[in-house]
Amino acid sequence: MLVIKNLHANIEGKEILKGIDLEIKAGEVHAIMGPNGSGKSTLANVLAGNEGYEVTGGEIIFEGKNLLELDPEDRARDGVFLAFQYPVEIPGVSNATFLKTAINEVRKYHNLPELTPKEFLELMKEKSKILGMDEALISRSVNVGFSGGEKKRNEIFQLLMLNPKLALLDETDSGLDIDALKIVSNGVNIFKAKDKAVLVVTHYQRLLNYIQPDFVHVLYKGKIIKSGGKELALELEDKGYDWIKPELVESETV
Amino acid sequence: MNEIKENLENQEELSDDMKVLDELTSTEYKWGFVTEIESETAPKGLNEDVIRLISSKKNEPEWMTEWRLKAFRYWLKMEEPHWPNVNYPPIDYQDISYYSAPKQKPKLNSLDEVDPELLKTFEKLGIPLNEQKLLTGVAVDAVFDSVSVTTTFKETLKEKGVIFCSISEAIQEHPEIVKKYLGSVVPYTDNYFAALNSAVFSDGSFVFIPKGVRCPMELSTYFRINAQETGQFERTLIIAEESSYVSYLEGCTAPIRDNNQLHAAVVELVALDDAEIKYSTVQNWYPGDKDGKGGIYNFVTKRGACRGKNSKISWTQVETGSAITWKYPSCILQGDNSIGEFYSVAVTNNMQQADTGTKMIHLGKNTRSTIISKGISAGRSNNSYRGLVKIGKNAEGARNFTQCDSMLMSDQCGAHTFPYIEVENESAKVEHEATTSKVGADQIFYLNQRGIATEDTVNMIVNGFCKEVFNELPMEFAVEAQKLLAISLEGSVG
Repeated sequence: MLVIKNLHANIEGKEILKGIDLEIKAGEVHAIMGPNGSGKSTLANVLAGNEGYEVTGGEIIFEGKNLLELDPEDRARDGVFLAFQYPVEIPGVSNATFLKTAINEVRKYHNLPELTPKEFLELMKEKSKILGMDEALISRSVNVGFSGGEKKRNEIFQLLMLNPKLALLDETDSGLDIDALKIVSNGVNIFKAKDKAVLVVTHYQRLLNYIQPDFVHVLYKGKIIKSGGKELALELEDKGYDWIKPELVESETV
Repeated sequence: MNEIKENLENQEELSDDMKVLDELTSTEYKWGFVTEIESETAPKGLNEDVIRLISSKKNEPEWMTEWRLKAFRYWLKMEEPHWPNVNYPPIDYQDISYYSAPKQKPKLNSLDEVDPELLKTFEKLGIPLNEQKLLTGVAVDAVFDSVSVTTTFKETLKEKGVIFCSISEAIQEHPEIVKKYLGSVVPYTDNYFAALNSAVFSDGSFVFIPKGVRCPMELSTYFRINAQETGQFERTLIIAEESSYVSYLEGCTAPIRDNNQLHAAVVELVALDDAEIKYSTVQNWYPGDKDGKGGIYNFVTKRGACRGKNSKISWTQVETGSAITWKYPSCILQGDNSIGEFYSVAVTNNMQQADTGTKMIHLGKNTRSTIISKGISAGRSNNSYRGLVKIGKNAEGARNFTQCDSMLMSDQCGAHTFPYIEVENESAKVEHEATTSKVGADQIFYLNQRGIATEDTVNMIVNGFCKEVFNELPMEFAVEAQKLLAISLEGSVG
């Protein structure tokens, strides 16, 4: 589904990603872990097309298309979804209006008819139940006055509503208490399917107890320095990151 | 490509019609000025003779002529205000013609003869075909008989005792009411442009709602097309007697061009005990080209007096047009427990300048006012909010809440807030909140990431920003206003 080759990216002239190679197949869940500042969020944002990041090299192929040639809205319409680490507030625009517009834009792109108000409402009811969303939240302005947890829940609600192919979860677990974490993870697990893929960006192993990854990658200083199965996450939880940092590993061998 | 080609072909077809149209329009003005100058158009310049001419052309009673003359004499002693935060070259008041007979619009046979640019705008606004025809002067077919519609509504109003007519007609038919209220809220001594308007006003609307009557329809929804004929110096007077209610809609979202650059209207509202007046405006005068050339100067005095106890006056405005807007719809809260409201969206783009806001003058006890102002600046425009909240010494328990939000769409535009607060009564509570935001790259990216294209994301963000004001507009006006905003800001971001 997604192939990343030797990807390099800068923020304000500073190189953050220094050659990422990664392949994600349909049906798989990948987790990217790593210490602060290793480039995890940058990777998620570059995939979604955030113009604040400059891609300086490499390629990203998504479903056979060169993703780097597409505007962010077309990437979204083709099925790339980013659950934001810091969801943005849009005052005066209700969640319902926003989602209806978004869904119908995506449908238009795929030459599908717009959802009728009734279909939309039914879809919204079904999906909001999964996330335990208060109906009042749905008629409120997008993320305005939402608690941190409510914002994250709203991201996963949007994921289920839009039902893309690839979900990028950027630190979706941060700021969630254990109950909310379970609800959000349950939402992601409902999204998971044979023809879908998930890329989880996280700091902590905690989330991965609920969303079981098939592969875990450690990102450090802009490069993937180690990949493994889900047991790698447990090992990291146990030992921290130091034991795999290349410079430390090298100095030990010396 | 095909579409472009088709458009070109259409334009070629149209060009012959356009020539005819051009000739028609220019001919009208040419003949209007040359052959019938005595009877149709007053010579340029302003003096007492011109005012007497205007008054006699309108067949006005002596008291009206005298009032105009007094206003003129006062105006002569006044100086044009230069305190607003706007710039324009000096106006030569002697270079303006102050009276001309109602213009005959050229009659066209079909919409194909109309400027395609104009039609495109109508389409975007979703203006129904028949209204398009009326607006552009195309002969209307029998299906939509505007005269009969008008008559039906006039009859309904008459049954209720509502008077809704032109101010000229009211001066003839209801002189006692006009005499009592005209200039009672905005005296001709009020300001330079109000004095000028009082001396030379051409026409405008008159509304009288008798005691206890709830006006059965939103006034001017069905008449707004006719209202386009109103001239340069419009005068409106609305009176709501005890326990009555009226909602009045002014303006039109269709772009209005006019050869008169200076527009100085006066609107006066009077609400007696327990009466409510809701006044909504959508203003889209020609703003000039991208460099601001040829746009209209809109210098308006709008004021409402809540004379009775528990009365309420609510101003809602959406201002997207004019090269320069100078306008402060205000409320004088005389009656105890009276309420004043001001909801405003002012959009400026390119070289437009707007200095607009409100005045809430609290005189009665427990009077309340709310001010919600949303300023949107794009291009190289300048957008200022100027507001006064004054609490008089007898206004025990008065309260005001003001919220002024500005949104910037470019790096070259300006947003300014000039709030003035004068409180003479210690029990008053006055709150002022102000924010300035820029349409954020993070907001645009967030919406993009959900599949919404940039132009649409900007519309969504801007409409969300204005929502509190749009909520105050009557439904169909609100829908048009949203579209209007989208058109006004087209291409201003990204």
